[in-house]
Amino acid sequence: MPSALLGFVLRRAFRALALVLAAASAAMVLVHLAPGDAFSTFDMDPVAAAAERARLGLDRPLVEQYVTWLSRLVLLDFGESTRFHRPVGTLLAERVGYTALLGGAALVVAIGLGVPAGVMTGSDPRGWITRALRAASLLLLATPPLVTALVLLVLAAQSGWLPAGGYAGAAATGALNQAADLLRHLPVPALALGLPIAASLERLQAQAMGAALNDPSIAAARARGISRRRAVWVHALRLSAPPVLAVVGIVIGTVLSGSFVVEIVMSWPGLGGLMFDALVARDVYLAAGCATVAALLLALGILAADIGLAFADPRTAHLL
Amino acid sequence: MRANARGALLLGAVAGLLVAAPVVSPNDPARQFADHANAPPMRPHVLDDGAVRRPFVYPVIVVDRLERRFEEDRARPIDLAFFTDGRVLSSTDGPWLLLGGDPLGRDVFSRLLSGGRLSLGVALVAVVLTLILGGLAGAAAGFNSGPLDRAITAIADFVIVLPLIYVVVTLRAVMPPFLDTPTVFWTMAIVMALASWPVPARGVRAIIATEHQKAYAEAAYAVGGGPLRILLRHLLPAAAGQLATHGILLFPAFIFAEATLSFVGLGFAEPSASWGVMLQDAARASAMVEAPWLLSPAIAIVVTVLGARMLVAARSTEATPFS
Repeated sequence: MPSALLGFVLRRAFRALALVLAAASAAMVLVHLAPGDAFSTFDMDPVAAAAERARLGLDRPLVEQYVTWLSRLVLLDFGESTRFHRPVGTLLAERVGYTALLGGAALVVAIGLGVPAGVMTGSDPRGWITRALRAASLLLLATPPLVTALVLLVLAAQSGWLPAGGYAGAAATGALNQAADLLRHLPVPALALGLPIAASLERLQAQAMGAALNDPSIAAARARGISRRRAVWVHALRLSAPPVLAVVGIVIGTVLSGSFVVEIVMSWPGLGGLMFDALVARDVYLAAGCATVAALLLALGILAADIGLAFADPRTAHLL
Repeated sequence: MRANARGALLLGAVAGLLVAAPVVSPNDPARQFADHANAPPMRPHVLDDGAVRRPFVYPVIVVDRLERRFEEDRARPIDLAFFTDGRVLSSTDGPWLLLGGDPLGRDVFSRLLSGGRLSLGVALVAVVLTLILGGLAGAAAGFNSGPLDRAITAIADFVIVLPLIYVVVTLRAVMPPFLDTPTVFWTMAIVMALASWPVPARGVRAIIATEHQKAYAEAAYAVGGGPLRILLRHLLPAAAGQLATHGILLFPAFIFAEATLSFVGLGFAEPSASWGVMLQDAARASAMVEAPWLLSPAIAIVVTVLGARMLVAARSTEATPFS
């Protein structure tokens, strides 16, 4: 069994690598195809622009640029940003941690709220808690994540409990103060990103729970004298895990998509904001670098979800 | 009332209002009214000191420009007239802003209606394009088991895991930054379709592949049906329900995408109104507290999406009647 699992993990890892490479190449080529570049602005001297292009290799044919970029990528050299005049690698290193942190916190919010809520609504379809939870999650699903983020910002600003966005990076002095500052700024964006996902997980878990409770093993467990609470929260929860786990891989894509919006609305110093700046400024190398790292995060997330699923239910390893 | 009937009613009401927008909206959506920047909503009244009379509103007068304080002028009610100037209900004297004014003194209600036409229009066109693209790709893949199937499946699997917003934003950023409204409309619809065709394609592929094995397909071959005729006339109708469900699911996603893109400045732009463009006003500091009516596009989105979701909920229970 372990060797089959190992083969599965290797196959998946290879596929993840292909995904990263394809996404990065696509971003690189697409930004190149766009009319104009970072130096085609009105206020730039054409001679200076040509010199800058030559220095960064942007005047070479696309294929040559692509090959050069790819060969440097192996050495983790992402080129230089035309927007920030700094190496792309450094910029990415500064930002990627914040996006990963925000995404991780949002996943904790989504799973921590969505799964228990789904167990409750799925196991007791007629109770008043169920009605309230279901209404809340339907409302959340119908609200654009953008609006959820804006409303949370206003709530934070009005109540004054938490800072309303605008995290400036490691501004405070001292490691302890920095960590405290970061933790104070984290909940609002994490909720903005996590709540819509929690709502969809709740719906999914409720459905899976309904199916799991009809399983004969649950009736058998109840017949053995196992309490209803234990049958629901231990036995049925385990039965309902695979369909929910299976979408966690997709949810990671949603987290990345959502973090783009949340980062811009709440000025969180992550990859989404950086990618947006790069695209608006036609910063080829920065855009390609952001796409590479975003695809890497995505691929790692999907890989982790798949491996988790394979361990939870080894039968699936052969199917994937 | 059952969920799908309620959903259909909500969507129908929204659609009706938007189709009739030029007639229903009391003002020109682009017209700016002096001294009505962020003016509060003006509720129509029919009771005047307990007596019923024809509908009227109290005009709002700016009291303090700096603090943006407004007061109702109770002494001078303005009558509302039915069916004048080609509008269902409009003011006879001075502006009537049902949902208040935006920061430029334009009528939020009229902008909501004309913006909805853009926002829902682009979402609808994107849904149709996605279903055509996904349906054709899925049909081609499901009908030909071989290299074509493998190629389409591989591309679909690749696109499916990409974070939608990154793809859409990248594709949109490749276009020139300033475009006129019709170009933005088509660009957005095409970009959304390019980013989301794989999901319906996968579903259609599975259905076509299984239907192709069935006896009726074989019978159609036996009586001399060509492959294209069998695919289009006999197999594709089996995937119609699947396509419809995907369409209803994609519609809200595209409404969100339009709002997000226009909000960050990569979609529609002022002066044309769309729900995403209008949300920019709501996001400005403290606008949500001082002028909460600027959030009305958000409420419009929620109502539309709830309607679509109720329809899907009904569809999916229909599809699995025994669970």
